[in-house]
Amino acid sequence: MDNLTIGGKELQNRLFIGTGKFPSKNMIPKVIKTSGAQVITMALRRVDLSSKEENILDYIPKDCILLPNTSGARNAEEAVRIARLAKAMGCGNWIKIEVISDNKYLLPDNYETIKATEILAKEGFIVLPYMSPDLMAAKSLVNAGAAAVMPLGAPIGTNRGLQTKELIQIMIDEIDIPIIVDAGIGKPSHATEAMEMGASAVLVNTAIATAGDPIEMAKAFSLGVKAGRLAYLSKFGPERKFAEASSPLTGFLNEQ
Amino acid sequence: MSFYEEYLKFKNMNFEKFFDGITKGDVLRVLGQPKLNEYDLLTLLSPAARSHLEEMAQKAHSLSVQHFGKTVLLYTPMYLANHCVNRCSYCGFNVENNIVRKKLTLEEIEKEAKTISATGLRHILLLTGESRKESPPSYIIEAVKVIKKYFDSISIEIYPLTEDEYRKVIKAGVDGLTIYQEVYDEDIYDKVHIAGPKKKYKFRLDAPERACRAKIRNVNIGSLLGLNNWKKESFFTGLHAKYLQDKYSHVEVSISLPRIRPHAGSFGDIYPVDDKSLVQIMLAFRLFLPRVGLTISTRERQELRDNLIKLGVTKMSAGVSTEVGGHSSSSKSDSQFEISDKRSVEEVRKAIASKGYQPVFKDWMHI
Repeated sequence: MDNLTIGGKELQNRLFIGTGKFPSKNMIPKVIKTSGAQVITMALRRVDLSSKEENILDYIPKDCILLPNTSGARNAEEAVRIARLAKAMGCGNWIKIEVISDNKYLLPDNYETIKATEILAKEGFIVLPYMSPDLMAAKSLVNAGAAAVMPLGAPIGTNRGLQTKELIQIMIDEIDIPIIVDAGIGKPSHATEAMEMGASAVLVNTAIATAGDPIEMAKAFSLGVKAGRLAYLSKFGPERKFAEASSPLTGFLNEQ
Repeated sequence: MSFYEEYLKFKNMNFEKFFDGITKGDVLRVLGQPKLNEYDLLTLLSPAARSHLEEMAQKAHSLSVQHFGKTVLLYTPMYLANHCVNRCSYCGFNVENNIVRKKLTLEEIEKEAKTISATGLRHILLLTGESRKESPPSYIIEAVKVIKKYFDSISIEIYPLTEDEYRKVIKAGVDGLTIYQEVYDEDIYDKVHIAGPKKKYKFRLDAPERACRAKIRNVNIGSLLGLNNWKKESFFTGLHAKYLQDKYSHVEVSISLPRIRPHAGSFGDIYPVDDKSLVQIMLAFRLFLPRVGLTISTRERQELRDNLIKLGVTKMSAGVSTEVGGHSSSSKSDSQFEISDKRSVEEVRKAIASKGYQPVFKDWMHI
């Protein structure tokens, strides 16, 4: 079995799903079901345990792994506080660190993210930090105890695909923990591309939540991720500059 | 550096001449651009753009969905006190108006908070008039401490504070500030603010910036539509939002579009802003600043509010009373202005859902 292991959990499905931006929370369980996603992220700031109807956790099947995120944190200290609140609220010990102090582009602050990762990993959290793709920052995150790293493909919500492809490829080649491409993935083909490159998983929210039919789109993404992973495992043939016929006409000259 | 310097750059601009030069082609060119500058904003506010509202709306809709999803955050105001020392010609709380004045005690505040939170709302906006004697910052801080138990996000819409005072209210639990300049035109500002501390134009203009420096999370600004030509006022509002967004990127900036409503007193000198103009302003803001929040209050009619959702509204008030103690008290004060959309929180929730949008009750927590 081609499983992905994070924090001691074996995952069969390599599509992670975000729960923001949906027109209705009722869609979330259906999206999770059709995609087969096992890891579901949600902003802790949106979790309302006091409300039966509005509590996002009630829309996530119990067998999923909750990946609360620290959306709204502007520095390491706030991210740490939100992570601890998530644990206290019963959301488990997985945490996606998002530290963003730039509301214009929503780009993560790698330095503060590394600081938060170090503190939370020591406290026993399974830490998945969201980051701007950068090899040295990723190495620091590994040293800080991250369980996986989540580089962005393009600014969050843009659906523009793998604009940071070269940097992500270097991270995939050089970093030993799982690389999960997060943010910017707008089409199933983008997800396929990330998986073909050797990413361990992808996280998708906006592209599914704002699709005309989010439930069917979730299925399309799931297939895209599977196709990309299968292609990666099957190993690509070499790329050549010139065409090479599959049945060469001059082969007999070499046969003696 | 203050936004005042930005204001001065455009203060004496001949807007009419600029608008006269804008053609249909200019509007279409702006619509084709991924990033807009201040002259593009002005182009979208021009009379020529009025014929292209549908194209603007399509683009504004897709930008809004991209950045905010199909969601609308709900909140409600809670009036703590209506004592006021200012003489503002357009406001029901004007010191000269002979209205019932009231200030809630901490017990009454708790009762009001309980009543409002029972509707499911988790975001609250606290309001007072300007009276440092009746509702000083220490009173606001006490109120916040009581209210914190019931709400996950607390914003204030009170008189402008100093940076140090903002720091104190933020420490007590405030995460958002709403403060309208009312009118950016300095001369009109001086005319409509007849007397009182609110006469200080610059102290008010710099208030959002002081709150940003004190590390507030959200700032909501606006001009009171009707006090001046809306094209000019909206231009300065947009510039102000951009200024704050550029300079304080850790702060979520949003803009309200309040139109003058009937109120106690007599202010007759109103520049009309029809629905079409309101829509044009909203769309221009969304295209100019795709990530800025847009707030529509119950000043507007329910049908209009429902129709504005898809154009890019991100925040709406619901279940509103503009009276002090209006939710739970038997002895209410007089109101600041008359609201138009009188629906309950539940009715607004349903209306948003019926548009294919998710009503969001909670989008923050005390950390």
